[in-house]
Amino acid sequence: MRIGVVTFPGSLDDVDAARAVRLAGGDPVPLWHADHSLQGVDAVILPGGFSYGDYLRCGAIASFAPVMTEVVAGALEGMPVLGICNGFQILCEAHLLPGALIRNEERRFICRDQRLRIESTSTAWTSGYAAGAEVTIVLKNGEGGFVADEPTLDRLEGEGQVVARYLGGNPNGSARNIAGIANERGNVVGLMPHPEHAVEELTGAGTDGLPFFTSVIRSFVTA
Amino acid sequence: MPRVVVSVMPKPEILDPQGKAVHGALARLGVTGVTDVRQGKRFELEVDGEVTDSRLAEIHDLAERLLSNPVIENYAVSVDPVETPSAAEPAATTGAPR
Repeated sequence: MRIGVVTFPGSLDDVDAARAVRLAGGDPVPLWHADHSLQGVDAVILPGGFSYGDYLRCGAIASFAPVMTEVVAGALEGMPVLGICNGFQILCEAHLLPGALIRNEERRFICRDQRLRIESTSTAWTSGYAAGAEVTIVLKNGEGGFVADEPTLDRLEGEGQVVARYLGGNPNGSARNIAGIANERGNVVGLMPHPEHAVEELTGAGTDGLPFFTSVIRSFVTA
Repeated sequence: MPRVVVSVMPKPEILDPQGKAVHGALARLGVTGVTDVRQGKRFELEVDGEVTDSRLAEIHDLAERLLSNPVIENYAVSVDPVETPSAAEPAATTGAPR
């Protein structure tokens, strides 16, 4: 399975995301922000970083990048898309996911191993987890506070679109401890923590992040 | 050349950590009587030619799609009447929420 990883100017974790895809058994395909082609990939990852320097708002300028036209079109047709950290911010700015991400309540950049509960296993990216699984995945962000109006939050909860929640205290002021959400169809997922940094014992906080990548690959093998 | 100003502010119900930080500094400077600070952005758009209704509509659209995020921010558009640095308070039209 070929999974595209988009590099924007200022992306940081594109290489790690590609490596995670490879460790999960997939073929990572580098995609460039200024291209109008997804090169026929089966899924797309928008990696973490500071696209366009986070000028204006996090993810705002990236959401208008040429490649995003194709990413949005693909996502609306059901192509799996995972946005990690800055990628999550881009998905919100592109209106593929509801809500927005604002500066951490404590006004500090956070970098730590974070406990999470996987709340939904019915998305393209989390089907490989056991329901309610508690995992440890690196969290590193300055603007990770998820916000949305109350009706939107209620809808996300009611429709099972909350994908992951922070455990052991709220690190960044996110509404209802939300760490990640999915669209209604479950093919688009935005996640503030970094599963691509938790795929190998040697270099990260265990391998709890690997199922994000194996889930999507397995869904294509069995499809 | 006329100038259109778009000011963008975090919505009242959205936490504004930057404004909070600025407010926190006031007490350290011995300033009292300021009960809250909110921090926003100001965009100055230099417009070629007259600011027509259609040009203003275009700028409203731009303000809503790019300059602000309607989920967390409100915006206001105003036209600077003349090129004076300390122009009088221009008439503001506020962007309607979606």
